Amino acid sequence: MKAQRALAGWLLALCALHGIVVCAGFFAPYDPAEQDRKNPYLPPMRLHLVDRLDHLHARPFVYSLKLREGSLDQYEEDTGEPHLVEFFPVGAHYRLLGFLPCRRHFFGLENARLYLLGTDAYGRDQLSRLLFGGQVSLVAGLLGAGFTLLLGLCIGAVAGYFGGWRDSLLMRLSELFMALPWLYLLFAIRAFLPLAVSPLKAFFLIVTVIGIVGWARPARLVRGVVLSAKERDFVRAARGFGATNGYLLRRHILPETSSVLLTQAVILIPQYVLAEMTLSFLGLGVPEPVPSWGNLLSSLQQYSVLVSYWWMYLPALAMVPFFLGYLGLASSLQERGAAYKMESENLGNLT
Amino acid sequence: MRYLLRRLGHASLLLAGVSALTFLFTAMVPGTYFDEMRMNPQISPETITALRAQYGFDRPLPLRYVSWLSSLLHGEMGFSFAYNSPVAPLLLVRARNTLLLTITSTLLAWAIALPLGIWGAERKGRLPDRLLSWGTAIFLVIPDLALALGLLVLSVRSGWFPTGGMASVDFEGLSPFNKLCDLALHMILPVTALVLSSLPLLIRHVRAAVADVLSAPFLLAASGHGIPKRTLLYRYALPAAANPLISLFGFSVGVLLSGSLLIEVVMSWPGLGPLLLEAILARDLYVVIGGILFSTFFLVGGNLFADMLLYWADPRIRTESHAR
Repeated sequence: MKAQRALAGWLLALCALHGIVVCAGFFAPYDPAEQDRKNPYLPPMRLHLVDRLDHLHARPFVYSLKLREGSLDQYEEDTGEPHLVEFFPVGAHYRLLGFLPCRRHFFGLENARLYLLGTDAYGRDQLSRLLFGGQVSLVAGLLGAGFTLLLGLCIGAVAGYFGGWRDSLLMRLSELFMALPWLYLLFAIRAFLPLAVSPLKAFFLIVTVIGIVGWARPARLVRGVVLSAKERDFVRAARGFGATNGYLLRRHILPETSSVLLTQAVILIPQYVLAEMTLSFLGLGVPEPVPSWGNLLSSLQQYSVLVSYWWMYLPALAMVPFFLGYLGLASSLQERGAAYKMESENLGNLT
Repeated sequence: MRYLLRRLGHASLLLAGVSALTFLFTAMVPGTYFDEMRMNPQISPETITALRAQYGFDRPLPLRYVSWLSSLLHGEMGFSFAYNSPVAPLLLVRARNTLLLTITSTLLAWAIALPLGIWGAERKGRLPDRLLSWGTAIFLVIPDLALALGLLVLSVRSGWFPTGGMASVDFEGLSPFNKLCDLALHMILPVTALVLSSLPLLIRHVRAAVADVLSAPFLLAASGHGIPKRTLLYRYALPAAANPLISLFGFSVGVLLSGSLLIEVVMSWPGLGPLLLEAILARDLYVVIGGILFSTFFLVGGNLFADMLLYWADPRIRTESHAR
């Protein structure tokens, strides 16, 4: 029961996080590609509640930033005029969920610009880029994991169900894939594909590459389940009644693999998001101007950025809750699995 | 002995498979190193054709594979176009740097993880154990990339440690002792990143393995006989818990060459990782193949090493393989 509740909690938290990213257009104050060339590398603005005269405001406000006298890149707050944060203002056009045209945002400023995570070299809002980048990275992770599981399911089912030379061939191949260090494998497959491509093509390229890399482990797990499932009595009975291979697999055997696939999915998705991040960080993935979690961080490869503009690192911390959510979900799924196992064993003892 | 031979045969088959597979991938490459030369108006097409012929790119794939194999036997592993030298010496220098980094961090990580894991398992379910598992969870969910970059940002802002490279500019002029200090100072950041990224999993595995054994019936019986807790833990529980840990150690040894790729690139440590990345971007094929094969060799070797250790440590495996 406790495990069940933890599972629901993690699931809810993950859904909320993903909801924010899915509705990035609404939660982000600006378009991710919108440039404010006059304000490159602006530090994050601070939200205030108490102004210079110690008056408490009900609504948070910010001061816009101005260059400190006599410096070229040091900013200070212009405390003359507080800008109240507007909720649900009308701003840049975006498409909610990818199709609903919309102009309302969650928050923004009336006649100044709000940069809660600072800006990058082109004066683009880092918060907006983080949210929109999440769409790219998370979808890459989800699609990649789906692709891997599909591949693993097909290969594992063939190997486990038909056995014989197909089984040994596929399992040797999977050993080979598992022997290769996976980041190297990712690099290797990426190395043998074109380097300069359009963002959309690059995205699908990456999803495919990441998807191909991980098929071996799910395939072996599926094979194990299929091996034990095909000897079950009800499967034998169905075969005795003349069920075809396709029917048996579809109807009786593959449904048995669902829990293995689910657990694998929860483990694979964050791994694949990370893989996309790594590739994009190194310039092998989704290229600019499309934001992704990887290329948001890639400006940190320049020493000058590292020294002077520490807030470019903030997006890295924003990703941690996602990984925490997936880890929590995976461990509570495993706990639930263990509880089920124990329960059924206890029942077995009783009868 | 027969066990060893069988495992060796298996491993070499695997390596042959990997090399063939990577070579097969090269057949599908759109574009080679020479494509970039074609952009250069100073290099005539004839020169490029001649170069292609010199490096054997005009020959069919199986022939290329065979000639690469023979160069492997000569200890060259093909030829790097970008560095204009055989691949093996290039790889060896870089692999030495990588190993310097990874061996240090692996030893350190194990030295920290073993006592902490055992400590947590001993106090299973109590406060220290809870703290430990929360601590490992936090480090587990921080991605390597974020961890390494965070360390870099911290050290740059505080100025405590040198960032990037493995030696200062005036390295050659230093005395041997100062050289060593300089190297150690440069190693601190990447080693910290590597240790922190591998530590949580290690601690969790050690804790799980020891806790598993500690709740076993035979230990309950032993403690019922009045054997003191210390003796119980070190004399009986640890040897029984060693099996999964030995496998894990083999894996640690296996990823010595490949596990630090990302952190090397982020911290610009001149190891195999940056070399491989450059080679990929420059389409320097044989360096890519060599790098992958090199690290796979280590991974397979690490597994083999773990199997040997297990064979030595666990009498059950010995009798099983003799019975066959």
